[in-house]
Amino acid sequence: MSDPRLEIIGKRLEKVGRIVAVSSGKGGVGKSVVASALALALRDRGHRVGLFDLDFTSPATHVILGVGDLFPKEEHGIIPPLAHGLRYMSITYYALDKPAPLRGSDVSDAIIEILAITRWEELDYLVVDMPPGIGDATLDVLRLVEGISFLVVTTPSRVAFETVKKLLTLLKELGIPTIGVVENMVMESSSPIREQVEQLGQNYLGTVRLDPGLEGALGDVNKLMGTAFAKAVTEITSEVERRLQSETTNL
Amino acid sequence: MAEGVISTATKIAKEEGLDEVKEVVVKIGELQQVEHDVLNFALEQLRTPIMKDAKFVLETIPAKLKCRVCDEEWDFSPEELSEEVSEAIHFVPEVAHVYMKCPGCGSPDFEVVEGRGVLLASIKGVKKDE
Repeated sequence: MSDPRLEIIGKRLEKVGRIVAVSSGKGGVGKSVVASALALALRDRGHRVGLFDLDFTSPATHVILGVGDLFPKEEHGIIPPLAHGLRYMSITYYALDKPAPLRGSDVSDAIIEILAITRWEELDYLVVDMPPGIGDATLDVLRLVEGISFLVVTTPSRVAFETVKKLLTLLKELGIPTIGVVENMVMESSSPIREQVEQLGQNYLGTVRLDPGLEGALGDVNKLMGTAFAKAVTEITSEVERRLQSETTNL
Repeated sequence: MAEGVISTATKIAKEEGLDEVKEVVVKIGELQQVEHDVLNFALEQLRTPIMKDAKFVLETIPAKLKCRVCDEEWDFSPEELSEEVSEAIHFVPEVAHVYMKCPGCGSPDFEVVEGRGVLLASIKGVKKDE
């Protein structure tokens, strides 16, 4: 018995330039908001961008972006609709706002299914909002998606960074390119995270300060991109682009 | 889906050194509710030279579900689902856990024992030098 889906995943992604997985060691570090703002910042820089919410049990980007009643078109697979200029894919098209209580093997099957049916058009960047940690979804993405680079989000908390270290170690051991680490929700003027990231031989991409105005801007992309949070992510986006370009040049 | 079947069959035929594929057997899990006519039509459209005379055999595997909490076993009944839910399960069968519950205890924590998706079961072909 062969699974015919595995053969076509690469083909489905062949028109995508760079795939950036926004990941974290644990939940609650602001990964989905960073992923959404990163995708919008890349869009604002004139790129063709897709956003794929791969957090099937706790999707959030549809709320952050306020995508409304979109649904993919079926045409030899499915074509992700445009949401605020982003090609947008999420399990919420199919699960709506209901709980999706999936075990690891179901998460794997759903990821394979969606990767196999989704026809991404020509994109410069596909940003993937990953579920936290190094469980099934992360392992499946590492197994199935070629040419992916990771952007890792942490907070200044030792608890968050401890789990990020594990993720970074795994990625390094597997030879998966890591663009760097974003430190989110920063409150103090000095934090030991930059030094610790650099000690691990990773790039510290930048600091995003805790922004009390962020919550009120969720669901409205214009408001969102006007926040201090999004301005910080936009600066980091330039650094992300620069690093990805130099990586490509060095190949 | 048809693209995946053709790519996989072509890959296996090459690996096995077949010069011509005579038969491709595809098992279709009932849960995914793939219509035979639609899949067959798509396979015909995508037929590659190595399988120009191949027969496509499509078999439906009934979907059997088993609750992980109370061990209740039951059969999938697509006729009980609305069109929207059927379509959602067709695209991503795992969303069955969103819309269906164990008839015994009401849990969404069930296993699809068999009949989930589309599988390439076997291919038959010939090698010219034999």
